[in-house]
Amino acid sequence: MTESDFGPDLGEVFGLSHDGHGAELVQLLTPEGQRLEHPDFSFDLDDEAIMGFYRDLVMTRRIDTEATALQRQGELGIWASLLGQEAAQIGSGRAMRPNDFAFPTYREHGVAWCRGVEPLHLLGLFRGVDQGGWDPYEHNFGLYTIVIGAQTLHATGYAMGMQRDGVVGSGESDQDSAVIAYFGDGATSQGDVNEAFIWASVFNAPVVFFCQNNQWAISEPIEKQSRIPLYQRALGFGFPGIRVDGNDVLACYAVSQAALRRAREGSGPTFVEAYTYRMGAHTTSDDPTRYRVTEELEHWKLKDPIARVKAYLVRNGVTPENFFDSVDAEADQIAAQLRKGCLELPDPSPLDMFDQVYEDESPELAVERDKFAGYLSSFEGAH
Amino acid sequence: MAQITLAKAVNNGLRAAMDANPKVLVMGEDVGKLGGVFRVTDGLQKDFGEDRVIDTPLAEAGILGTAVGLAMRGYRPVCEIQFDGFVYPAFDQIVCQVAKIHFRSQGRLTMPIVIRIPFGGGIGAVEHHSESPEAYFAHTAGLKVVACANPIDGYWMIQQAISTDDPVVFFEPKRRYWEKAELDEDRPPAPLFTSRVVRPGRDVTMLAYGPMVKTCLEAAAAAAEEGKDIEVIDLRTLSPLDMGPVHESVRKTGRAVVVHEAPVNLGMGSEIAARITEECFYSLEAPVMRVGGFDTPYPPSRVEEEYLPDLDRVLDMVDRSLAF
Repeated sequence: MTESDFGPDLGEVFGLSHDGHGAELVQLLTPEGQRLEHPDFSFDLDDEAIMGFYRDLVMTRRIDTEATALQRQGELGIWASLLGQEAAQIGSGRAMRPNDFAFPTYREHGVAWCRGVEPLHLLGLFRGVDQGGWDPYEHNFGLYTIVIGAQTLHATGYAMGMQRDGVVGSGESDQDSAVIAYFGDGATSQGDVNEAFIWASVFNAPVVFFCQNNQWAISEPIEKQSRIPLYQRALGFGFPGIRVDGNDVLACYAVSQAALRRAREGSGPTFVEAYTYRMGAHTTSDDPTRYRVTEELEHWKLKDPIARVKAYLVRNGVTPENFFDSVDAEADQIAAQLRKGCLELPDPSPLDMFDQVYEDESPELAVERDKFAGYLSSFEGAH
Repeated sequence: MAQITLAKAVNNGLRAAMDANPKVLVMGEDVGKLGGVFRVTDGLQKDFGEDRVIDTPLAEAGILGTAVGLAMRGYRPVCEIQFDGFVYPAFDQIVCQVAKIHFRSQGRLTMPIVIRIPFGGGIGAVEHHSESPEAYFAHTAGLKVVACANPIDGYWMIQQAISTDDPVVFFEPKRRYWEKAELDEDRPPAPLFTSRVVRPGRDVTMLAYGPMVKTCLEAAAAAAEEGKDIEVIDLRTLSPLDMGPVHESVRKTGRAVVVHEAPVNLGMGSEIAARITEECFYSLEAPVMRVGGFDTPYPPSRVEEEYLPDLDRVLDMVDRSLAF
């Protein structure tokens, strides 16, 4: 079998997966903080940008830590921590342009940060005061989607809309746009995700399927989802797949940027498998000690996505004085604001649940609300 | 004035909606070149192009899931589910996403999606091609559910559904696709979410929608020969229900019989009976009666005539109601 059996265009960017090319991680920054060169991908920004990434990574982790603490103190019902996945999210999130659109799961707090979503707005869902507290159009960042993989189809449809709007492959690079669909290793078993691959492929939709393979779908290891490396599945659907070191923010940025550019230019979807690790529990309701060994976590701690960036910056002496301290101080300040804002989030009124069921409310729902309002006001002392 | 079939009427309605708004898309399996297995989308792809009339992969969740994304991008997708029994792969996208996104987003996202479903039996089809799944969708907050019964409603209701900013599940009675009526396009239609008295009467109120409206009208005509004066209401909208005309009718007749092809157990008739009882309790001369399919899977087509409510079973229930 020759490469041409798979078509001439596939793999020009990323290489065909069947021949073993690309089987290794794309890595541009080692866990020890050393820059690497890669034949296909390069990180084209300066140290100033890397300092920006460092700040993003630290803020994201600090927000996550604070939210976990808030859950432990009873202020959130649940929290889905992104601990360990910061680089995958900041790298891909920073590769997006304003016109691009991201469709997240419920764990994309780092991407939300990159899209300018107020961190407090992430908490409403987990505190139980709303089910998505930001305007998706203001940030080009969809609402958190809890049904596993459902958003990959939304992403594909949105990308098909971009095609119809003439903002894909138009040659006007400032208007050409693409979509990133986020999902995890467990989601790759969902029918919706596989259908999204098929649709994006046959319609050549501008979607980057960004899979954070964090090795665990709650308690189920990746071996329960796939017998082959996930990125290799892409070829079967007719588009390229690539595995990137998901704990390497530079590589995640470079690979995402290339995939997004490819999508914007009209060359269709790409599957990016960001190989990473869920260092925390699935959510605060989970107990990973029941299904995985401590040694695994210790192993991945050595690959920490933030430590390697700091090591690089320190090693090269590029940061101004007090840089790390000032980032930490800013993070603490943001965490304090987040905590204060969380405690002040108002509960919705019971009657609010009747609002926004429909764009045009039905008369029978209005009647139901009025009856319930009458019931509530029948209590002594009711307003 | 020319006679027009229901299939052609819906086709004309789709065409009018696509002419009126370039954001309207038609998508589904075989809707393009073939024009749909019932030819309801015949000629649309030829006239509006492949970007607006999309032959999709055979994946119903994909149809609805991508429709969500297209709606977020400002489009108004009209999704065809080829047969009633094939909607279930899309059930999650419809119930968890299409129905809930407006609520989830606090109204920031709208889902102007129409889900067309040819439904019901009586065409001698194989398994999964004759079902009546409307109650699943009427049970789901966030969806609106309607059923047309004749070409005139087919023409207008599909356009009204497409112009609705909420998701609408649009049931088309497939065994009535070839029935004809005169369509006067200059005559303004009734509002979409309204029920309507289609035959006035004094003795019993008969409630139906979709394919059973015709059955009930035939039953009423037969009953008239025996001196029974049946009022027939075409419900047209199943969610929300428009109970005003129903309550008014039952207060007059004191008797109600609900007729649908779907199984009686927890079908639309159950909810309608409950609401009539709540609002018209002192007017009732008899319990609200229900005629429908049985609590069996849809049977092999050689016995579907026994499964489906027909004129005799409807009249039998009228007699039971009158016997109270």
